[in-house]
Amino acid sequence: MKLKWEDDGTFKSPLARARGLGAAHMGVTHWWHQRLTAVANIPLMLWLVWSVLQMQGWSYEIFTAWLAQPVNAILMILSLLSVFYHAALGSQVIAEDYIHHEGLKIFKLIGMRLFFIGAAVASIFSVLKIAFAG
Amino acid sequence: MSDAKKINPRPLSPHLQVYRPQLTSVMSILHRATGFSMAVGTMMIVWMLVAAASGVEAYDTFQWFVGTVIGKLMIFGWSAAAFYHLCNGVRHLFWDMGYLFKIENAYKAGYLVLAAAALLLALFWWLLCGGAA
Ligand code: HEM
Repeated sequence: MKLKWEDDGTFKSPLARARGLGAAHMGVTHWWHQRLTAVANIPLMLWLVWSVLQMQGWSYEIFTAWLAQPVNAILMILSLLSVFYHAALGSQVIAEDYIHHEGLKIFKLIGMRLFFIGAAVASIFSVLKIAFAG
Repeated sequence: MSDAKKINPRPLSPHLQVYRPQLTSVMSILHRATGFSMAVGTMMIVWMLVAAASGVEAYDTFQWFVGTVIGKLMIFGWSAAAFYHLCNGVRHLFWDMGYLFKIENAYKAGYLVLAAAALLLALFWWLLCGGAA
């Protein structure tokens, strides 16, 4: 005999399942990652703002030499990862709040995910290219 | 949700047309507005990095744009949004840890956030205009 909550082949109780995978199919993970990236964003954004201050009018040579330094390349990639993930999670909540048509909502959510993944890959690849290939 | 609505219509969030703006409500929606604007604004950072990886010409085009009035306005918007969202984000994190729930404290922290964000913004533009040099 199979119990109701065993349908997915696991032995998770309904509560455990709801905790990990709530009504929005993401549960508390989404909320927690928004906080995790928020905390990471504080030092990273301060670094980014500080860097933007210096960058005004930098030539191509100065900018690429700056970005090729390991400290700057690493901090830039960390910033991109944390900020894009945070922004993707945040935009998802906004879409869920304001778009009430289910089909349109799913469409928007998928579109936004892909958009942020594309932006992250493009920018991280660019940093790596400058760091490794000049 | 759509099924539940038919059976038992539940109260919705405040109707904006009849809702008196308060410091707390305005700051709440500002957090959302600044967060979303920055999410769109990250495209500038992507442009900067992809341009630099593509070569001198693409990078120079980016630098030229940033120097135009529109570019400067965008940096202003980005910095204002970033400082506000950063400071108010810290206020959010305090709430998440269980502090600042008394109305009085939520307001005090709200004023503190506005002051800190304004101060950081002023400092940023002072430095940007060569204030320290
Ligand atoms: C600088 C450090 C940052 C901190 C401390 C921070 C903090 C937070 C927090 C705590 C939330 C959740 C608010 C809530 O529960 O309503 C949030 C939401 C959000 N953040 Fe950030 N954030 C930061 C940077 C950024 C950046 C750089 C972006 C975009 C590029 C961004 C975009 C968003 C968006 C779109 C939301 C969703 C807003 C909403 O649900 O109303 N944040 N942020």
